Amino acid sequence: MSNNALFINLLVVICLIIAFIKDKEKAKKSLIKAGISFVKIFPTIIIIIIFIGLFMGFISQEMISKIIGENSGPFGILIVSVFGSVLHIPSLISFPLSASLLRNGASITSVAVFITTLTMIGIVTLPLEIKELGKKFTILRNLLSFIIAIIIGILMGMIL
Amino acid sequence: MIKEKSNKIKIINIKELVILFILILITATLLIVFPEHKQKVIKSSLDIFYEMITILPGVMILMGLFSVFVSKEMIVKYLGKSAGIKAILLGIFMGALPTGPMYVAFPIASTLRKKGASISSIVSFLSAWACIKIPQEIVELQFLGFKFMIARLSLTIIFVVIIAYLIEHFIEKQ
Repeated sequence: MSNNALFINLLVVICLIIAFIKDKEKAKKSLIKAGISFVKIFPTIIIIIIFIGLFMGFISQEMISKIIGENSGPFGILIVSVFGSVLHIPSLISFPLSASLLRNGASITSVAVFITTLTMIGIVTLPLEIKELGKKFTILRNLLSFIIAIIIGILMGMIL
Repeated sequence: MIKEKSNKIKIINIKELVILFILILITATLLIVFPEHKQKVIKSSLDIFYEMITILPGVMILMGLFSVFVSKEMIVKYLGKSAGIKAILLGIFMGALPTGPMYVAFPIASTLRKKGASISSIVSFLSAWACIKIPQEIVELQFLGFKFMIARLSLTIIFVVIIAYLIEHFIEKQ
């Protein structure tokens, strides 16, 4: 287990202990919920992991770095931001996918743009957002999120 | 209680299992036809699987804890009558705690709006819900590392505050 994984699990154990001290019944309920969601999400995770494996195995590093690598320029950023806005996959999965892309030649900028657009912009959920919060709010929020996703990505590329 | 029961029935999604089965068949066929890709495909998948399985139970437990201990009522109570920069920061904090996909957040945001929360706090709440939720950040830490996580987190918070103000300005101008 990596240091990060150790830290994460330690954090979870501490949270659990605090939860049990605060309210035993609620803590038990949380654990049952956790078990249910684990079983629920497991097939999805395996499906996505196999997809990522296929993708990484069949698409060469040269191709990935050509399309979304260090030197792919504005076109690469445009591609990932459109993919990120349209795709509707659980955000938990976006990180392993991003890590694989990064290891195989994608740039920090494209990965950061991908994560930000994927999580903040939802073409699929647009109708619901309009219904709940209005057309003007929805358009402004998604449009501005798209712009900051690209700015965040470019800055990330400069910092890291 | 009734809701809990109906959840339990749907715990195993047949459609997903069918997709998984078909995907395994396709993968096996592809690997037999193109054996030169076999090693890379299997290694990539297994690497991610190992990294995922060491944190997934923990992530699920955290999500369970947040969903039980942080109620919708609590969010509405704290965010309902806030304003200014404090409201934006509170919105980010409140958005980072609960769990669930975005379509759960929109109705909460709508309730907040009706209770008088400022536009800026709603924008920051939704943005935080989308991309800086705590269990999600744990997965980011595991897969992309501390530096990446902290850089993305800080930049996102800065820019979310900016668009929160901008959207409020645009909407309240009319």
